[in-house]
Amino acid sequence: MVNFGGWDMPLEYSGILAEHDAVRSRAGLFDVSHMGELEITGPQAINLVQWVSCNNAAKLAQGQIHYSGLMTSRGTFVDDLLVHKISDAHYLLCVNASNQDADFAHIAENNKFDARVENTGSRYTQLAVQGPCAAGIVQKLTPLDLSPIRYYHFAFGKVSGVDCLIARTGYTGEDGFELYFAPEFSEKLWNDLTEAGKPFNMIPCGLGARNTLRLEAGMCLYGHEIDDTTTPWEAGLAWICKMEKAPFLGSDVLAEQKQNGLPRKLVGFEMLDKRIGRDGYSVSIAGKEAGRVTSGCPSPSLKRNIGMAYVPPDSTALGKELEINIRGQAAAARIVPLPFYKRP
Amino acid sequence: MYPADRRYTKDHEWIKVDGAVGTVGITDYAQQELGDVVFVEMPKPGAAVKAGQSFGTVESVKAVSEIFSPVTGEVTENNPVLVDAPEKINSDPHSSAWLVKVKLTDPQEVASLMDAAAYEAYVAEKAKEH
Repeated sequence: MVNFGGWDMPLEYSGILAEHDAVRSRAGLFDVSHMGELEITGPQAINLVQWVSCNNAAKLAQGQIHYSGLMTSRGTFVDDLLVHKISDAHYLLCVNASNQDADFAHIAENNKFDARVENTGSRYTQLAVQGPCAAGIVQKLTPLDLSPIRYYHFAFGKVSGVDCLIARTGYTGEDGFELYFAPEFSEKLWNDLTEAGKPFNMIPCGLGARNTLRLEAGMCLYGHEIDDTTTPWEAGLAWICKMEKAPFLGSDVLAEQKQNGLPRKLVGFEMLDKRIGRDGYSVSIAGKEAGRVTSGCPSPSLKRNIGMAYVPPDSTALGKELEINIRGQAAAARIVPLPFYKRP
Repeated sequence: MYPADRRYTKDHEWIKVDGAVGTVGITDYAQQELGDVVFVEMPKPGAAVKAGQSFGTVESVKAVSEIFSPVTGEVTENNPVLVDAPEKINSDPHSSAWLVKVKLTDPQEVASLMDAAAYEAYVAEKAKEH
């Protein structure tokens, strides 16, 4: 067990490699109850969502979800989040556990609209079933036909008799579902999903596998690739930063940075050395310190050691060699495309 | 659980002495704490090692850990099996997945290390902290 944002979380159950493999080849069950939920309601809910986040929520259809950033006035990340459009007057935001209170305070402080913000984290447990067999497993427990729910969409329905928001999302790069429901049913749903997953050899998965899976999929982790000093441009998240909907918090700074150029850019790398370039290690190019590793691990699916790092914007060419300072020695790596892994 | 034919350190290494040479590895407790081991860095034959000082690293999927020499001496061999099969540390930490053999400077040095019973009590205490 490890302390993660104030929650006691299992780092692994049967082992990170076995859990990782289960998700890529069959299915894994994750207890992600630590994730925070905030809800924005009222006639001007959309205006508040649009003002504090960088993706364009006006494009969301009811029942649709997108990935976005909660922005500071400097165009940096207070947090990254998933925005679920429940109705024109109701948005559910899924945020990082450790940022939940800060996110709530930040949104409330910037609420100059006829909208209500609530921290509803304690009303939800979240379980994630991830992997190619996920749909088959969840389908066994619900009368709702899951096949029309496309990736990054959701529906309300009963799973094992429990009212759930059933979202086709995840943090693993695989197909899967994230179920949001009342905490009193946590144990029941965990047990029922475990039972339903048995014929598929689904196993419980911890934070360790969650990290290797998301890193292979090239997904950012708050506190590593993104924080309140990084902008969406730097983090390679231009696809969630929609300038056409400006003004929003930080949009002026973001417009300026786009115009004037970036101080650094996130890249993916693979080690040419047997060692692993881990979070916090410094990166040099041609002997000169050039940046820092944000995340690194052995990739169980690709059998290579992978990672992400910030480097100067003129040093992001694919194939470019980097030196990663590992315990006083330079280890060779090269820049490769992100994501490292795409599901077949 | 922990073989009685060797001594143990607080950093979770074991050493089994045969004459003037000690075979060193990491304990079952250490491999459990590390999780899936993916890479081992060991000193080469001829390297001088000192009791309590780091002489290599074991990397698992989640973290990297230093390994500390239980004794002072000179490395005579490292385990070639671990180069291509570092995961053996998880499956057989007390036997085939030994790390290095060290020619002891002072064979009396190991007497100050824990015996199996003391080490077992030590890890039982550690486990309680979790």
